Amino acid sequence: MKTAKAATQNACKLCNPLGACLAFKGIEKCVPFLHGSQGCATYIRRYLISHFKEPVDIASSNFNEDTAVFGGSHNLKLGLTNITKQYKPEIIGIATTCLSETIGDDVDMILREYDSESSADNPMPIMIHASTPSYQGSHIDGFHAAMKATVEQLSEGGTRQNLVNMFPNMVSPADLRYLKEILESFHIPAVMLPDYSETLDGGPWKEYHRIPKGGTPLESVRKSGTAAASIEFSSVLDSGKSAAASLEDRFGVPRYRLGLPIGIRQSDEFYALLEKLSERPMPARYEDERRRLVDAYADGHKYIFGKKAIVYGEEDLVIAMTFFLKEIGIIPVLCASGGKSGHLKKRLAELVPDLENSGMKVQDGVDFVDIETEAKELKPDLLIGNSKGFTMSRKNNIPMIRIGFPIHDRFGGQRQHHLGYRGTQELFDRIVNTVIDYRQGSSPVGYTYM
Amino acid sequence: MEKLEILEGRKKQVYEKTKDAATFDIKCETTSLSGSVSQRACVFCGSRVVLYPVADALHVVHGPIGCAAYTWDIRGAVSSGPELHRLSFSTDLQEIDVIYGGEKKLYKSLIELIDQYQPKAAFIYSTCIIGLIGDDIDAVCKKASEETEIPVLPVHSEGFKGTKKDGYKAACDALMKIVGTGSTDGIGKYSINILGEFNLAGEAWIIKDYYEQMGIEVVSTMTGDGRIDDIRRSHGASLNIVQCSGSMVKLAKMMEEKYGIPYLRVSYFGIEDMSKALYDVAEHFKDNPSILDAAKKLVSREVGELYPQLLDIRQALAGKKAAIYVGGAFKAFSLIKALATLGMDVVLAGSQTGNKDDYTGLKEMCDEGTVIVDDSNPVELSKFILEKEADLLIGGVKERPIAYKLGVGFCDHNHERKIPLAGFVGMLNFAKEVYQSVMSPVWQFAPRKGGL
Repeated sequence: MKTAKAATQNACKLCNPLGACLAFKGIEKCVPFLHGSQGCATYIRRYLISHFKEPVDIASSNFNEDTAVFGGSHNLKLGLTNITKQYKPEIIGIATTCLSETIGDDVDMILREYDSESSADNPMPIMIHASTPSYQGSHIDGFHAAMKATVEQLSEGGTRQNLVNMFPNMVSPADLRYLKEILESFHIPAVMLPDYSETLDGGPWKEYHRIPKGGTPLESVRKSGTAAASIEFSSVLDSGKSAAASLEDRFGVPRYRLGLPIGIRQSDEFYALLEKLSERPMPARYEDERRRLVDAYADGHKYIFGKKAIVYGEEDLVIAMTFFLKEIGIIPVLCASGGKSGHLKKRLAELVPDLENSGMKVQDGVDFVDIETEAKELKPDLLIGNSKGFTMSRKNNIPMIRIGFPIHDRFGGQRQHHLGYRGTQELFDRIVNTVIDYRQGSSPVGYTYM
Repeated sequence: MEKLEILEGRKKQVYEKTKDAATFDIKCETTSLSGSVSQRACVFCGSRVVLYPVADALHVVHGPIGCAAYTWDIRGAVSSGPELHRLSFSTDLQEIDVIYGGEKKLYKSLIELIDQYQPKAAFIYSTCIIGLIGDDIDAVCKKASEETEIPVLPVHSEGFKGTKKDGYKAACDALMKIVGTGSTDGIGKYSINILGEFNLAGEAWIIKDYYEQMGIEVVSTMTGDGRIDDIRRSHGASLNIVQCSGSMVKLAKMMEEKYGIPYLRVSYFGIEDMSKALYDVAEHFKDNPSILDAAKKLVSREVGELYPQLLDIRQALAGKKAAIYVGGAFKAFSLIKALATLGMDVVLAGSQTGNKDDYTGLKEMCDEGTVIVDDSNPVELSKFILEKEADLLIGGVKERPIAYKLGVGFCDHNHERKIPLAGFVGMLNFAKEVYQSVMSPVWQFAPRKGGL
């Protein structure tokens, strides 16, 4: 039996518009709007809801056959009018789909036409447009495209302010909250883009909140052009696709690029950068977190040393996790991503100098069947990645540690930390416990002390 | 609290039953209003849900990755054997394929996948973009079928070409191409096909077992725990039993026309409808009185076991209010009856795809003050849930957070449920599900209960 190559089987990626919708959920008073078929919005809502356990309202221009033939202008405008009436957004984040891109709708022109009907009596929301054809890249590209479109269309220049733009990448609401806490502790006023820490992980409601509270305020986005610096967590994002790079080009805001701060070394870099930008020493509480983490590494090292892991997901997550796993003595035998920026292998080689000789494989543009095929050869002790690896985990009896997005088969994915010393501590505890649980479960004796 | 308005373009799709309400003329069976945040999906979704449970067929989605990724292992449709339906296959079209066409990639994908998985048939779903770039998937399927010697069936499910209902039709068209291609040798007179039953959490097995206890032979279930070889010979059955009438009555009609097989519409939810589903079949085969006898015995035994178990639950739930928002309106009928069994009142009944007859029927069944709604959205649903002070919402995953955010209990009655809700045992499960959610102490903290 040969493994089919032409088709993608059990994809390890999602489509471009999903990422854009998620990112737009992180702008205050913004409704995501998909210019395409009704199904795109509904499927993406369902997918996000299963992870975040929150209402995720996404509007659609609801293409029909006429729209596909005569263009999407009428439906887009009608949709904007209806969503404005019903949701009263300050901003509408419009992302395209394969359908609207293929028929060649000039969305910018349609939006200009629509906006020209705006008047003092009939003010219109601000409309941000991100081009996210589903046949290009994957969800992570849509995520970055939405943020780039947001700053390109809203940011303004001006006198440099004591302000830092934080582009955190696609991380959990808990991570976003932690990042905000850290920045605050360093007394750094920050613009977090996006910030869905509350909109996708909030409290109960007395009435239906058409747009949940939270998100980056419009005024903050506007100010991002005046910031003293931008911090961007990504090692694979091309300048042409980066919101931070755009702010650097247009307004001279210096762009500091870091990998996702996972593990001690990568987190150190992040906290050090904050020390530099704030001209303050690291607050004691993070020193404490770091010390506890180092202590935990010592307490747990023997359970995990030499274990083999397959790590998969978005390229930036895979790179950061790989570095962290190396730091704690786990061998990442396969670093795999459904994404394909073209930089995965190169970046990993920079981080792991002995990559070629260390028994580590790197593969981009893969699906779960490719990963499973590799797993049969590599015989890993652990799978580390999102829930979608469960099919493979169950079939091959390999314990799995769920991180990132989506977590569809466990509770609380939105509250998992990954970043900084605190996030690393959580990840480390979970990895060690997964190994212990597996040993305990498969032990003929069973033991009640570790 | 701000009073929420219904969008102008949707006013005719919302109706409140009052004494002096205008004549009932609900608008339905139309495409969703742009910008309304409909809970519906698309044509592709309709086809995908109907065919999904065929477990020994390859399901290949021709298009960019999203459509396949979002429907991977999405349903609780279980199989007693092969599980090909739980895998996700996509041609994952890239920009270059959009420019030059995706036929070659589709063909290569099919040949490779069929070689790898050796399926009994393959369904090829068209997505939006295929309708634009003009790939001739019929020709590709024909060629692949000739080469691999299995049925390779195009499913014309381009997302924008209609509504979910058009997707049901496309799925039935594809199934109809398989029906009648197998031998009917050995099929007896008292035989049925179970249509529109998707074996969520093993529900088809429960139903099949009931019919078998009555001495009836089940030739095929479509499509729950479905097998291509069973579908091939399904035209040998004497009767089609159609549940979820919205999705598969079309196939039943086609089989009636071509093979003269009559059909019955049934529902397996709630004591009343479940019993009727058995008695109606017995009535159809009345030349064999032993079938009716067996049905009577079965119902009496099952109801006798079930009823006492419902009493405590009923006592706790009596007078509580429920809102129903489901895919097909036919299910809402059964749910209203099932809720009545639990002593609950229905304050909202709505569906994504109901037709005028369905809604008229719902109106007749409901009490005054009940809201009937077609193709609704979160704003409307939450408005009525709060205004009518519902204690429970019955719906699917997309509706769940609306309920929970507002401090309202929820029962998942959609494709992803993991607990069987059909049959007599299903009624007990349903009662427990509703009880566990409505009676949970956690709602004391909900803002509308004064918790915050």
